[in-house]
Amino acid sequence: MRHLICVLVALLASLAARAQPEAFPSTYVAPAGQPVLFKNATILTGNGRRLDETDLYVAEGRIQWVGKGEIVSDATEVDASDRWITPGLIDVHSHLGVYPSPGVAAHSDGNEATAPVTAEVWAEHSVWPQDPGFSRALAGGVTAMQILPGSANLFGGRGVTLKNVPSISYQGMKFPGAPHGLKMACGENPKRVYGGRTQAPSTRMGNVAAYRSAWIRAQRYQADWDRYNQAVKDAAAADDSSGASVASALLTNTPPRRNLELDTLAGALRGDILVHMHCYRADEMLTILDMAKEFGYRVGTFHHGVEAYKIADELAENGVCGALWADWWGFKIEAYDGIQENIALVDRPAGGCAIVHSDSDEGIQRLNQEAAKAMLRGNRAGLDIPPERAIRWITYNAAKSLGVHEQTGSIESGKMADMVLWNQDPFSVYAKPMQVYIDGVLRYEENNPSLSPQSDFELGQLIGAKR
Amino acid sequence: MKIKRLLMVLLGSLLLGSTSQAASLLITNGLVFTGDDTPPNQLDILIEDGLIEAVASDLSTAEADQLIDAAGRPVTPALFAGITVAGLSEIGMVYEAVDSRLNELYTGLMHPEFDVRKAYNPLSSVIPVTRIEGYGYTLLAAAFGDRTISGQGSLVRFDGGFDSFEGQTIVFVNVDGYSGSKVGGSRAAHWMLLETAFSSLTTQQGNGLWLTHNEHPLINQTGRATLENARENGIFVFRANRASDILQALAFSQQHHLNAVISGGQEAWIVREELAASGTPVVINALDNLPGSFDGLGARLDNAALLHEADITLLFTSGETHNARKLRQVAGNAVANGLPYEVAIAAMTSLPAEIFGGKPRMIAPGLRADVVIWSGDPLDVSSAADQVIIDGKLDPMTSRQTELLQRYLPTEAGLGRAYINP
Repeated sequence: MRHLICVLVALLASLAARAQPEAFPSTYVAPAGQPVLFKNATILTGNGRRLDETDLYVAEGRIQWVGKGEIVSDATEVDASDRWITPGLIDVHSHLGVYPSPGVAAHSDGNEATAPVTAEVWAEHSVWPQDPGFSRALAGGVTAMQILPGSANLFGGRGVTLKNVPSISYQGMKFPGAPHGLKMACGENPKRVYGGRTQAPSTRMGNVAAYRSAWIRAQRYQADWDRYNQAVKDAAAADDSSGASVASALLTNTPPRRNLELDTLAGALRGDILVHMHCYRADEMLTILDMAKEFGYRVGTFHHGVEAYKIADELAENGVCGALWADWWGFKIEAYDGIQENIALVDRPAGGCAIVHSDSDEGIQRLNQEAAKAMLRGNRAGLDIPPERAIRWITYNAAKSLGVHEQTGSIESGKMADMVLWNQDPFSVYAKPMQVYIDGVLRYEENNPSLSPQSDFELGQLIGAKR
Repeated sequence: MKIKRLLMVLLGSLLLGSTSQAASLLITNGLVFTGDDTPPNQLDILIEDGLIEAVASDLSTAEADQLIDAAGRPVTPALFAGITVAGLSEIGMVYEAVDSRLNELYTGLMHPEFDVRKAYNPLSSVIPVTRIEGYGYTLLAAAFGDRTISGQGSLVRFDGGFDSFEGQTIVFVNVDGYSGSKVGGSRAAHWMLLETAFSSLTTQQGNGLWLTHNEHPLINQTGRATLENARENGIFVFRANRASDILQALAFSQQHHLNAVISGGQEAWIVREELAASGTPVVINALDNLPGSFDGLGARLDNAALLHEADITLLFTSGETHNARKLRQVAGNAVANGLPYEVAIAAMTSLPAEIFGGKPRMIAPGLRADVVIWSGDPLDVSSAADQVIIDGKLDPMTSRQTELLQRYLPTEAGLGRAYINP
């Protein structure tokens, strides 16, 4: 009996001291794929190298080797002469599923625009897995993406990283082990949405005051948990073998009340949740970097960053990525200074981390074309950017921004076999994915209806229309 | 070779900056797309006083004030930027700097007399941003919105002129589901209102026709005059994506003797036989391949190819104004999905002028010299405009964006970027 109490107490203590069990866990399991040998390909590795006339072998969901090695006898052989292979493309900024097609009001689930701080909401709870946009993005070579809440709020909520595999549930798409993102927003959007309701924030200074107030609450929340966990730990260390001190510690130290909003914010302070900050203007981004120092957290990636080129050195020094568009500008005044060399200039400093993002159900289908435009502008400005460098913007750097670069984002042995076989150099308007693999499984093949997934929504439409 | 070419271009820019326009310009060794749907040829182009004087395989003996060796690079007529509000919208969400739309302040349901040309600003930063990417003209639109008729516009050239309008008056009509939901809750309301308005023209009623409901005029005298004139000399651009809406637009246009163009056309491929039979051109965004609304369930990437195969005249628009320069990428994607290359070139150069009544925009003797020398394939994302020539003058190839680049490209800034003034 006494023994049982001890065990119970220990169990309680460990539960109290640890993070909650993972909520809404991934149920994605890659099916077994056929081993494939790609012969004689031009490979852009995703982390800066180009390999010509090179073989590549994929089996058991992983890249087994690049160059030379052993294969199993029944491996499928793909002649990749004159074809190019890149890592699967990754979009760090998508609203597929939360603003799906068709764009009807009842599917508009991307902004919980009812309060400026909604760190408690999770984009994944809005994702409609039947969005036809997922399969279109797959045909464009996208193998993983982060689905983010919108930018109406200062803290918009958690983003989720998905593998681009069709599923009935988002759990069936969830990238195993990928950290959550925290979507935050600078500038016009939050102050317009709430200022328009004569509610805070209505100014940029109101934006910053509200972020800081929220971080202060998160710090306090974290301190409460730290204090509680420490007390339980101390009691366990001083265990008199009866468990009485632990029991007493648990009784005298009521665990702090769990708060979903502060769970997210504290997770960002601890670095368990990666911060994705929608911000256009250079001066605002610098303000945010100072705020991050004040509260001791890291800004992982600035999104949109239309003026990021003005502070490319500061971004590189702080190890912050810029997830940017190739050519969007002028749709609002904080986007007035957009230039087509933005991505190339953010990529220029040592340690620069440039990413091409879409924020668009059209752009996500053509990340290679968007990167091509940015590469062209960099080269015309004299920056000398070869394809093996530019491909990082839509593969490895994107994986790094999402915290999944150990698993995917480059062609290296041991990594997930997330890859695209292109009909030609991908930096062209005429380039098309011929095959797309996710975890070594062929998930899309051009002109092959049996490997062109369709969402439930698309079935049975336009019956009677002549084809 | 490349340096020599650059020098000559630079020299041309200097000349342009320091003096008035050069009287003559010779472009040699261009891979010249004349602007129709024929394949390109290696040609020289002689330009005098803003007009194309000669196009031939060897004009090297011709005397000219300026020479550009195109060195085999493609040369096209300056491109069409699509249906835009360039010069009407400096910044999308700065509403006092946007003049493309008539809002609810003005009473009445239908105002075809609303003429956006009155608000056109050729000094908008959007114009050079677009022009230096190889674009010479656009169809200036009264923005599609929540009214049955948005207003009127026309072609406008990107030559910096305050009144560089061309061609026929274009009236913009919305018959899609979204605008229908704002007008009486049904797209059928559009046809009800249009039928009433056009019937009032034929019956020659004296005063404006009045709706009993709220006593709002459906259309006033000026508006009726606009419709009368446009029916005689203008074109009606119907915004429609759904197959059934396109057919209604065709039937209505036939009944009321309108020159019609369909804009949107996501499901045009479904009714391509009817479109072909009526000879109605279609303006599409060739990137549309998602069911963005229930009007576009049939959106598909090979729409352009299917319409062309059915002998339908095709144009492109991107739906963008600030990023209208994206349109050649749109056309390139149409080619990547089955549209013949030269057909896409014609759709991007001469055809829009032809359809909307502008002056011919080809590379041919006697025509205005609006041409572009490209670094490579003009429809590919891997190339850009090297030199834009408008009215025979070398464009300085500067915009607000090139000046920002010049300010931020240097790694050292001295006293600060504000002191780097290009």
